This record gives sequence, C-alpha cells and structure tokens, in this order.
Amino acid sequence: MAVLDAPRIVTQRRGIPDSHSLKVYLDTGGYDALKKALGMNPEEVAAEVDAASLLGRGGAGFPAGRKWAMLRRSPVSYLVVNSDESEPATFKDHYLIEHDPHQLVEGIIIAAYALQVTQAFVFVRGEFALGIERITQAVNDAYAHGALGSKIFGSDFSLDLVVHPGAGAYICGEETALIEALEGKRGFPRIKPPFFPAVTGLYGEPTVVNNVETMSNLPWIILNGGAAFAAYGVGRSAGTRLFALSGRVNNPGVYEVEMVKNTFRDLIYDPAFGGGITEGRNLRAFIPGGVSAPWFSPEQLDTPLGQDEVGALGSMLGSGSVVVMDDTTCVVRAAWRITKFFSRESCGQCTPCREGSGWIERVMYRLEHGGGRPEDLDLVLDLCDNISPGLSWPPAQTTICVLGPSIPSSVKSAITAFRGEFEAHVAHGGCPYV
Amino acid sequence: MSGFFRPDLRQRAEELVTLYPRRRSATLPLLHLVQEQDGYVSEAGIEAVADLTGTTPAEVRGTASFYDMFHLEPVGRYLVGVCTNVACLLSGGLEMLEHAEETLGCAPGGTSSDGVFSLEESECLADCNFAPCVQVNYRYVRTRTPSEFDAMVDDLRAGRRDQEIPPHGTHSRVKRHVTLRATKEEVAAERRRQSEARAAREAAKEETK
Repeated sequence: MAVLDAPRIVTQRRGIPDSHSLKVYLDTGGYDALKKALGMNPEEVAAEVDAASLLGRGGAGFPAGRKWAMLRRSPVSYLVVNSDESEPATFKDHYLIEHDPHQLVEGIIIAAYALQVTQAFVFVRGEFALGIERITQAVNDAYAHGALGSKIFGSDFSLDLVVHPGAGAYICGEETALIEALEGKRGFPRIKPPFFPAVTGLYGEPTVVNNVETMSNLPWIILNGGAAFAAYGVGRSAGTRLFALSGRVNNPGVYEVEMVKNTFRDLIYDPAFGGGITEGRNLRAFIPGGVSAPWFSPEQLDTPLGQDEVGALGSMLGSGSVVVMDDTTCVVRAAWRITKFFSRESCGQCTPCREGSGWIERVMYRLEHGGGRPEDLDLVLDLCDNISPGLSWPPAQTTICVLGPSIPSSVKSAITAFRGEFEAHVAHGGCPYV
Repeated sequence: MSGFFRPDLRQRAEELVTLYPRRRSATLPLLHLVQEQDGYVSEAGIEAVADLTGTTPAEVRGTASFYDMFHLEPVGRYLVGVCTNVACLLSGGLEMLEHAEETLGCAPGGTSSDGVFSLEESECLADCNFAPCVQVNYRYVRTRTPSEFDAMVDDLRAGRRDQEIPPHGTHSRVKRHVTLRATKEEVAAERRRQSEARAAREAAKEETK
C-alpha cells in the first residue's frame, strides 16, 4: 500500500481552478515565502536549502545546496532555470509550468536572493506554447505585484527575470548546451572541464543552472524550514518528488510521492497512483527514470523510489519518469524507437554518438522490420561498446556530454533480458506481434 | 532590416534585444518573431535578425537550422505533430501517425495538397498521460482516437478553433509588457554593492569566530 503521510508540496494547488493566476496564488499563501526570505540574510536562506537536502530534480540529482555553495564566493553571476523538459516520457515540469507558474517564479526569486544574483533567465521548451504564455503572464503579474523588478517588496533586493523560449532540441536540456542556446547559438554542449557552469557559464561568467521542480520546492522549504522537508524521505533522498507515469497503466499521470517510502510497485499498482496495468495484463519491464536509464524487470518492483536505492541496482531515478511495458509490448520495437530518438537528437559534435546512434538505429530497424540477421545482436552490442566501452553503469564517457553514453542503456537492457525475442524477430523475418 | 518587421512586431523585436545583456542572446526569440510574421524563417527575416543581433546572416542561419521548430521552408497554416516516442508508441502513436497521413494526404515532413496542413513525426511532447500525443502549432489538442483527430481537422478547416490555435509561427500570444528595471550601469553598481556587503558579512563572521 502506498504511504501517503507526506504533504503535497509542489502540487499543493492541484485541482484548484485557475491555479496559474496571481489571484489564486495569493489566496493560497503565494509570495509569503519570498517575504519571509527577504527578512532573512542570503546565507540563512541558502542554509535552509542545504538543510533540506534538496537533490536537483533535473536528472543528475546533484544537491542544490552544494551547487549554490560553489557560487556564493563569486560576485557576478546569473541564475538560469532549465525548463527544457524533453527526456522522453517526462512531463512533470510541463505540469508545474502550466498549472503553478507563480510557484516557479517565487522559487526563482528566492534562489536568486540566496545567490545574490540580479539577473535570472527561465529557459522554457519551445513546444510548451501554453506554458510559455502562462509563465510570461506570471512574470508580468509578478512585476506589477512588486515581486520582481526594483526593490522587491520594499527590500534592497532587485531582480530581473526573462522568459527565454527554446526552439526544439532535446540537447538543450544539457546545461552547457542550454547556455549556448541562450547566447543565441546552436545548442552544442561545451567541452569539459570546466565541469560546471558555476565556473564558466553564461557569457563566461559564473552561472547556476537549476531545474523547474527544484525551484518549485523552495517556497515550501522557506515557509516550513529545511529540516521539515528533510524529515520526509530517507537519508539523501529527502522530501517528495514528482514521478511521471506513462505507458501501459490504467492511470498515467504526474504523482507527488514521498521519496524512498514508496516502491515502484506502489507507483504502478496502487489505486492512489497508477492503478495497475492496462486491461489487467502482466508487467514485462519498466523504465525507472527516463529513456537514458537501463530498464528494470518485474523482480525489481519492490525497489524504493530513492536515488541511491535505484542507483545501487544499476539504473537511475533520472528525470523521474516511469514507463510501463506489458506483455503486449514488443521490446524490440520500443528499444528501436528509443534509439531513433537519440539518433535524431544527437547534436553531431562527437563521432561515437553521431555515427553510433545512426548505425544502431539502422540495425535495430531491420531487426524489427524483417531484415535482421543472427549476428546483428552482437553487432549492436559491439556498437554500443564503442560508444561507451565496457557497457557499465554509470556509463563510461567517450563524448562531450552524456547523450551518447545514454544510447546503449535501452538496447543493452532489451537484448540482455529478452534475447529470445530478438532471435524470434530474426527467425520470423520481422516483428511477430504485427 | 528596417523594412522587414511590420510595425507592432518591429517594436517587440527592438524590445527583445534590450532584455539580454548581449544582443545575440535574442536570436531564438527573434526567429520566433520572424515565423510569427512570415509563417516560416524567411531569408529576409534572417537578415533582419542578423542586423538586430550584430551577427551575420550565416551565423543566424547556422543557429536557426539547428532547431526543429524553425522552418526554413514554408509550411502550412497548421503544423500537426504526432508523437511516436516510447510512451506514445505503447499507446498507438505509430497508428495515429499513419491515420494522420491518410487524413491529411501527406507524409511526415510534407504538406497537404491545399497547403493548409503540414505533418511532422514528433519526439516526446511531454504530455504522455494523454498518449498518443498530438499537437497543432505546439498546442496540445488531445485527440486520442482517429475520429477525434478527423473532427479536429474539420474544425480547423472550418475556422472553429481559431481562438485557441493561432496560425503557425505565432508562438506566445502573451507578450512581456515590462522592461528591465535598470540600466547596465545600475546593474553593475548593484552587483558591486552586493559583493561588498557579502565581504563585510563574511568579515564579521570571521571576527565572531
């Protein structure tokens, strides 16, 4: 049974009509946290976030407090909020930006105050036309309300926030590619080191890049204290987290779940969440954290929803998206489509990723569509090994960013767990499901 | 460039440039504005953006060609995107795309013979709880069956959804109506003041130790 003791934090306005409007936001305690934060000094605000043990909700799970600590010493900096949500099957930030844009704006202002940054950008995925309209309206309203601009709520702190629209490129979710796009260039990830934009970011200046959900947690943390947030979850995985559940389940959707206290079984089967597999069928496999993550089998259903717990089993919680495959799912087709995605979205800078993704996609295509050969399975694994030698987890790095080394995850998972099904495709001369 | 943007968009273009510490940063929003005027990224639009951002047309074209949403060739008034990525694949995304091809009479990447609709096979559009996901001009239409899709197409043809779905290229209908609070010099002064205050606080902390 699912544990539902924790409060709803980032989804507290779920179900309230017009939750995106300033009026509803103010009626439900909006901007109280900002007023409280402005009465503290910036170090105290940062200390609350540190105490909350808020792990970044973008995918990498880096502690937000530690990221900020790298910045606090340098005087000139920018805050950039990554709302370029494009990891397949991830739709939690889409929910937050459309339904509670003021919570995001308030979180950004609080973060900017803690960092003493006076210019912030929120980079919103271009395909979120409604999301961009909602957050642009929220920013306009926040200026009019005195929450943005000069001398916020009469304090000495001032901040400008600019909504920057993306234009359709998965790779811009990578923080250095996002910065390039924000500088008006092609979204090419930057060569590391420096590893963090905190060293060299926007216009070469120290920059913090944080995710939408990370920012949206801040108003609650400031109002209730970092310790109150850390009291939920277990250990390093503190608080609640949004999970986007999709695929072959009865109730796909975004669910706020206390970390570690619930398992994948709860998320997929509990009536409070997924409500079980479509048509009462059997689970075949599931993706625990976005298509860059290795797949899990039904044996791993009782794994707690925690960063370290999933990491210990050789996958990742990543962007918090869980994709459910049942016994009607062709895993060859699913793995092929995921590879096709990476092949389309590879930026083309690094040879292993640019060439490798296309080669794997073509071999996977012929396996699914009837041209497969018996030696293709080992060929695909060999190509994967060329992109990320050893096929270990976390993957070995041969490229500028982690897109390339993420390609083998799904293919290797599928071939390892369902080799017989691939062989059936070869023997049958195509997909036996069609 | 002077003659490219129509007057209302020209004013917005000039405002956009001032929102960023460096002009070139306005490239993506300006290219969206070019599409709002012309429906696609036209050659004249590229030159106008280069002028406004202090770059060359080649640099602007280089940026524009990287991004899927910038169309360097004309597309229909309605750009229909059907997602076939993994979550939609499991819920009939490929079948929906095939149906869309039949209804519109064009393949992904093509335009219907009357020039009204263009079709694309999309990557994940982040609306997986309404799979298979369909967008028109980047607005979610949430048609999940072939008959819902066809009814939506009929509505678009008859102009019944004009309020909700503007023509391709019009990105955000809500405009920023506030300018930045301060000049660059004021921002720089503010930053100096803050760094001094921070240094003073740290010095005070050291002293109490």
